Amino acid sequence: MSEGQGTTPLSPGRRAWRRFRQHRIAVASAWFLLCVIGFAVVYPPLARYGPNELSAAQFAPPSAAHWLGTDVHGRDLLVRLCHGARISLLVGVAGAGVCLVMGVVWGAVAGYWGGRVDSVMMRAVDVLYCVPSIILAIVLMAVLEPVFRRWLDAWHCTKTPALARLGVLFLALGAVSWLTMARVVRGQVLSLRSRAFVDASRVLGASPVWILRRHIVPNVLGVVIVYLTLALPGIVLAESFLSFLGIGVQMPLASWGSLLAEGTEQINPIRIYWWLLVYPGGLLVATLLALNFLGDGLRDAWDIRRDS
Amino acid sequence: MYFLKRILWLIPLLLVVSGVCFALLRLTPGSPFDRERRPASPEIERQIAAKYHLDEPVWKQYGRFLRDLLRGDFGPSLKYRNHTVNDLIRQGLPVSMSLGALAFCLALGIGLPVGCYTALRRGRWGDYVGSLYALLMVCVPVFVLAPLLVMFLAVRWHWFPVALWGSVRHAVLPVLALGLFYSGRVARLMREGLLNTMHAEFIKTARAKGLSETAVLLRHGLRPALLPVVSYAGPMLADLLTGSFVVETIFQIPGLGAAFLNGFLNRDYSLVLGLVMLYAVLLVFLNLAVDFIYTLLDPRVKYE
Repeated sequence: MSEGQGTTPLSPGRRAWRRFRQHRIAVASAWFLLCVIGFAVVYPPLARYGPNELSAAQFAPPSAAHWLGTDVHGRDLLVRLCHGARISLLVGVAGAGVCLVMGVVWGAVAGYWGGRVDSVMMRAVDVLYCVPSIILAIVLMAVLEPVFRRWLDAWHCTKTPALARLGVLFLALGAVSWLTMARVVRGQVLSLRSRAFVDASRVLGASPVWILRRHIVPNVLGVVIVYLTLALPGIVLAESFLSFLGIGVQMPLASWGSLLAEGTEQINPIRIYWWLLVYPGGLLVATLLALNFLGDGLRDAWDIRRDS
Repeated sequence: MYFLKRILWLIPLLLVVSGVCFALLRLTPGSPFDRERRPASPEIERQIAAKYHLDEPVWKQYGRFLRDLLRGDFGPSLKYRNHTVNDLIRQGLPVSMSLGALAFCLALGIGLPVGCYTALRRGRWGDYVGSLYALLMVCVPVFVLAPLLVMFLAVRWHWFPVALWGSVRHAVLPVLALGLFYSGRVARLMREGLLNTMHAEFIKTARAKGLSETAVLLRHGLRPALLPVVSYAGPMLADLLTGSFVVETIFQIPGLGAAFLNGFLNRDYSLVLGLVMLYAVLLVFLNLAVDFIYTLLDPRVKYE
């Protein structure tokens, strides 16, 4: 059944899935990412140590008790790495979600309405392209954070500072990464708009919202998924970048970037604590590699280049 | 003509950028005098605010900012009381520029040959090794590479100084940390560009004329193959300047990245705004330069 090339044509999604499964490195990357996520979720509750549990074993090298060693406060690196993975990947996925919504809505509206609306909306994208994205993210975070804090305080939240910072990170990183998405979606929508089946729908009296939802969005879905996976490593990287500089996630929470920053602080001429840098760095690099392979695999599977 | 139009279009563009930045920075809470050296009395605070025109309506402040900007004056720094923003930029810019330029040269110096080599040896051992190098470099962020370089090359083996800026030996590690990542990107773009070009019709024609493979490559293949690299080079230079945030922090280099971070943490509006404008102007002009170089490299590229 699954091999059948019979009379019923496969949907584009099915065809892409079939091609994707033949891309061995991409499939391996997907498995790797699933393993990282699974381990990060399952391991910490089972571990003997909490992520912020202090102990006398400062700077213990990797051993049977602490598989990846401990840091300056005697905290177990493996558990902290797992918690860091949760935060880093969560920020990546949530940022990608913000990027998805903003980029698709912006691009689809601009491309569909066209004319003056289109040129105004796209000029806005041009303006934002002029400001380096990391700088924009930093400025945005500073603006949004107090708003978030007030909002969380109103809900009597106990972990306000850390949560506010996290929410702001999602928004800021999503907000700087939707520009390319908007451009790509607009281009696709522009070309779809003049196709016969859209004209037919319009002649039959369909509303713009219906046409967008029914005809345009499903047809740009492939491109959107591919660009989303390609944007994901960028967002994970930006989060680590900000956390490394100390303006990302805040204290009780840890991410790969802040773990790396802690490791960098401990560089000294007397003893070398290589595990504090090598493990977080290695995991980050492996994840970025896997995300890149995954994006490439999806792009080949949806065959974006031939489409556009 | 086209480029004249582009340059004229820059004026409103930069105006809007400056307006947005100004508004955003003013929306951020916290005054520049919050952290330290808090004025002793409300009166003194009012006087300081008056001196820096912080008591005027926002639109008036923006007008003042724009007027000064046209004269190339970014105004006084709000944190370093006896310095203007121009002073701080004048101190930091040469450092960041030389760091960025060296890293840029390193990225092109490694990236272009590796890209060409892997494209020409496609599917053989050299290709796999070179492509693996490029991929690895792309996936190792600056803030992973730089601490590792410091830890091993500087602290462990004492080959290079750990931090600071000044001599050639001081520059080696920061430039490596900054440049290697981009060398990977350049190598991948160069490989892709050359592979695409070597399949083109005009290369077939050149071969059919009986030119040697070297001549085909140098006279016909290389120029159009450079296009992807060139279009990346503009944003790359801007990235090098901002990417240096991390490098400047780790190696304690007194450049613009360090200035920006400090300015941001101290809510030094005028400093941050000045630097954002500087980056924006830089990025815009680099992109313009890229489009111009396009027309030189590829005769098929024509703008209206």
